[in-house]
Amino acid sequence: MSPDLLKLIFGRLGLESLPLHEPIVVGTFVVVALGGAALLGGLTYFRLWGYLWREWFTTVDHKRIGIMYMILGIVMLLRGFADALMMRGQQMLAFGGSEGYLNAHHYDQVFTAHGVIMIFFVAMPLVTGLMNYVVPLQIGARDVSFPFLNNFSFWMTVGGAVLVMASLFIGEFARTGWLAYPPLSNIGYSPDVGVDYYIWALQVAGVGTTLSGINLICTIVKLRCPGMTMMKMPVFTWTSLCTNVLIVASFPVLTVVLALLSLDRYVGTNFFTNDFGGSPMMYVNLIWIWGHPEVYILVLPAFGIFSEVTSTFSGKRLFGYTSMVYATVVITILSYLVWLHHFFTMGSGASVNSFFGITTMIISIPTGAKMFNWLFTMYRGRIRYELPMMWTIAFMLTFVIGGMTGVLLAVPPADFVLHNSLFLIAHFHNVIIGGVVFGAFAGINYWFPKAFGFKLDPFWGKMSFWFWVTGFYLAFMPLYVLGLMGVTRRLRVFDDPSLQIWFVIAAIGAVFVFIGILSMLMQFAVSLLKREQLKDVTGDPWDARTLEWATSSPPPDYNFAFTPVVHDNDAWWDMKKRGYQRPLTGFKPIHMPSSTGTGIILAGLATAMGFGLIWYIWWLAAVSFIAMLAVGIGHTFNYHRDFDIPAEDVIRTEDARTKLLAGAK
Amino acid sequence: MSRLKILALLPLAAALSGCDYVVLAPAGDIAAQQRDLVIISTVLMLLIVLPVMALTVLFAWRYRQSNTAARYEPEWDHSTKLELVIWSAPLLIIVCLGALTWMGTHLLDPYRTLGRIHAERAVDQSKAPLEVDVVALDWKWLFIYPDYGIATVNELAAPVDRPINFRITASSVMNSFYIPALAGQIYAMPGMETKLHAVVNHAGTYKGFSANYSGAGFSGMHFNFQGLDDKGFDAWIASAKSAGGSLGRAEYLQLEKPSQNEPVRRWGSVDADLYRLILNMCVETGKMCQSEMMAIDAKGGNGHEGLNNTLPLAYDKYARRGTALGPEPSFVAGTCTPDAPQGRTTASITAPADTAPLLGAGLKRPSFTPLKSSSFFLGQRPKSDS
Repeated sequence: MSPDLLKLIFGRLGLESLPLHEPIVVGTFVVVALGGAALLGGLTYFRLWGYLWREWFTTVDHKRIGIMYMILGIVMLLRGFADALMMRGQQMLAFGGSEGYLNAHHYDQVFTAHGVIMIFFVAMPLVTGLMNYVVPLQIGARDVSFPFLNNFSFWMTVGGAVLVMASLFIGEFARTGWLAYPPLSNIGYSPDVGVDYYIWALQVAGVGTTLSGINLICTIVKLRCPGMTMMKMPVFTWTSLCTNVLIVASFPVLTVVLALLSLDRYVGTNFFTNDFGGSPMMYVNLIWIWGHPEVYILVLPAFGIFSEVTSTFSGKRLFGYTSMVYATVVITILSYLVWLHHFFTMGSGASVNSFFGITTMIISIPTGAKMFNWLFTMYRGRIRYELPMMWTIAFMLTFVIGGMTGVLLAVPPADFVLHNSLFLIAHFHNVIIGGVVFGAFAGINYWFPKAFGFKLDPFWGKMSFWFWVTGFYLAFMPLYVLGLMGVTRRLRVFDDPSLQIWFVIAAIGAVFVFIGILSMLMQFAVSLLKREQLKDVTGDPWDARTLEWATSSPPPDYNFAFTPVVHDNDAWWDMKKRGYQRPLTGFKPIHMPSSTGTGIILAGLATAMGFGLIWYIWWLAAVSFIAMLAVGIGHTFNYHRDFDIPAEDVIRTEDARTKLLAGAK
Repeated sequence: MSRLKILALLPLAAALSGCDYVVLAPAGDIAAQQRDLVIISTVLMLLIVLPVMALTVLFAWRYRQSNTAARYEPEWDHSTKLELVIWSAPLLIIVCLGALTWMGTHLLDPYRTLGRIHAERAVDQSKAPLEVDVVALDWKWLFIYPDYGIATVNELAAPVDRPINFRITASSVMNSFYIPALAGQIYAMPGMETKLHAVVNHAGTYKGFSANYSGAGFSGMHFNFQGLDDKGFDAWIASAKSAGGSLGRAEYLQLEKPSQNEPVRRWGSVDADLYRLILNMCVETGKMCQSEMMAIDAKGGNGHEGLNNTLPLAYDKYARRGTALGPEPSFVAGTCTPDAPQGRTTASITAPADTAPLLGAGLKRPSFTPLKSSSFFLGQRPKSDS
């Protein structure tokens, strides 16, 4: 075939795009291909495709979508953590003239992919998944405001993840660091597909995140059950509301800044180029206007989880509910006034730097107030040390260290000596692992029995807990030390042999964390096998306080047979105290949204369009774009959007629960 | 038991003793003041962090379920007094820290001329500060000493107790200029200039490096910074002078090509205008300097004629700069400069044309060539108004 024709069909995709010369990647590919083939074969053999398609892929049920988000987050955690292990290995080995085992081309992709995956495809799905699952239940709703949009948002996030994963085996990922600062990310310095993978993965996933933000705001504002005024909402719902406000206000900035970067890369505009009037610093400015709120997007829901957990396991009302809510709102607002602290060292004047330094410190006041509120919730409580509470205590002890080093970095002169150093790396892992990841694990252990009807195995959970916590300290405390020795981030080889011991300790820590992750997978497997022993039929295994525990575990499709009426911010606790009786008669048909395949189809087309644009396969991009429009318009003609669950089905479900509850007594 | 504990601590002690906590024990006054701020802020915050951690452990233990002796008040959820304390205690700390930050940031602003060279010594006004122009290249550091007319790569020296004024820029991508022993870092960015004022108080050899990832050769982008006494510094200058060679525009264009782990290099003389040309991104003959462009724009610009003042780019630093759907790569032609008078500007750029891929990239460069017809996407550029 003529080269022109090949180019027309395949763009710049060719055989040389496959990284056949990288043995590590080839090995990974073989393992992934075998595993993937086994999985697909298994699904086909057990005839699960129809079930998956009908019950999961096309579902609009917020509970199932929440669970799928969690699965996505955990799968991507394995990939992101593999990158972390490779980095720790490289930095541990590359001393005394050794080049380590990764060349610059591979290593630079690894640290970029690690950052992108951990933030966008691990932390975000875990947080979004928990919000998706819990928020409608906590406010006594039957689903989110826009159930189809919810399904579409999820699949767009998956689409982004698919593009990142594809870059591992087809072409390469960006070698720019996780925020892809130009000029390095411009076409002149990154001419290959790496940055294009980065752009389109984030654009596709970003659409999903923004829409899911709109959806959850609308849900919380409009679908609360009668009696639940704003100041009676559970704290997790409050933090979710604030997080989604942040998402809706900040993700468009990311979308725009990436769109401008792609214009630079595709049509030769000069927004962020060195010459022709472009300004790379404007990119840095814009991306951090998104990037700083992003860290609060992640950590606020975690704060909500800790609030629910502390109050439940201390058997006590949350101390200072009102100040907790105001602290959350203040953090939400302030998070937009601090972004410049990410680049104090780019030469803004002293007054500008001081302003942003001080606004950053001010955030620590509401955060500190929250810490005290959890503390005084424990005070005069009866604390049960189940797994969620253990994660919470670990969080409280770990997060204050990360918060302290964060405020330290907010002092501009201190930042001048610590910016971009391993001290900074230690700081943000300290708050993201100590805050967001511990929070997600607390949430998983806390709400798992709600989602599946049995508790998670405590033995493997404790294994996971201790390995994670000790592993975290082993892995990141050495980085604080190295930062004080002036060691900077993203280095591939080192000269000074006296540093090596610290990297060895950090690598051991990473192995500990790895064992922690394996223990968690083991915990899921063992719990599944022992589900009869761990079974909970009451729907309220922790003697908890909020509405999600009022219904059965797992909740029926319609969540609540009757919409609850709320009189107190610990609604379920209040109902239990007043001797609430479950209604046994008078059930009516329940109006519910229907499943639809449109979401997954649209997201698949968006992913194909991204792939076409990455590889300059213009026909593919054009065809998928037109198809997306067609499917989108076609969906507006779908009139089978809702149905009624017949009263008999509701009666059958509720009677079954009545029997279960009677059996438990 | 206690002996065992000491034994267990031995490797840690060994590890600690061999280390150089340069951020905590710097050799320059600016870095020392920054270190002081790090320590003072940490102590200030520990005032609240340590009690919180202690209370966490205490409450976690005291109010465990099995301790039925502890008070249990499930409905207690508010105390105005406590609320006041938990909001005002962090507020007080932040007020102190904020005041410290405001003062420290202004005093230690890298753009501010030094007020002292040491805690006890003021600046000696009879001695002029040492001027050094710093250029971050791919992947090495170029230092130009305009007062001495010499230039070095990956080697920097300065006399002890004499203020140093750095002017910093970069050739292609962002780097950060950082010598932990001397002073905090500041970014080096193409087409932009940042400044740093610092002084070294103790003779010695210290590490300097880029603190912002800049591509494949980033790890090797470090240099030695030598603090020398006056005599030693004069000798160092003399030895650089005697190294001979001259760094002009053509040599610079060769030098700026990407290379990794560069050894130290010295030039006995240097084009006096070179730093200005690098900063304005017009080292290549015939390219318009940014300063001229800005001056023209400040007077209202060249109008439509200005649009035609570009020439196709025949040379590119690493790889194609043109985009798949955009116009052909071009540059703004200089109008009239002493070394490129009218008429010569239409000559193509004389820099070496090297389209080899990024060094260390590991992959072959993409076989794709951009579409040549720029009209397809952006429309034809207006040829002329007349």
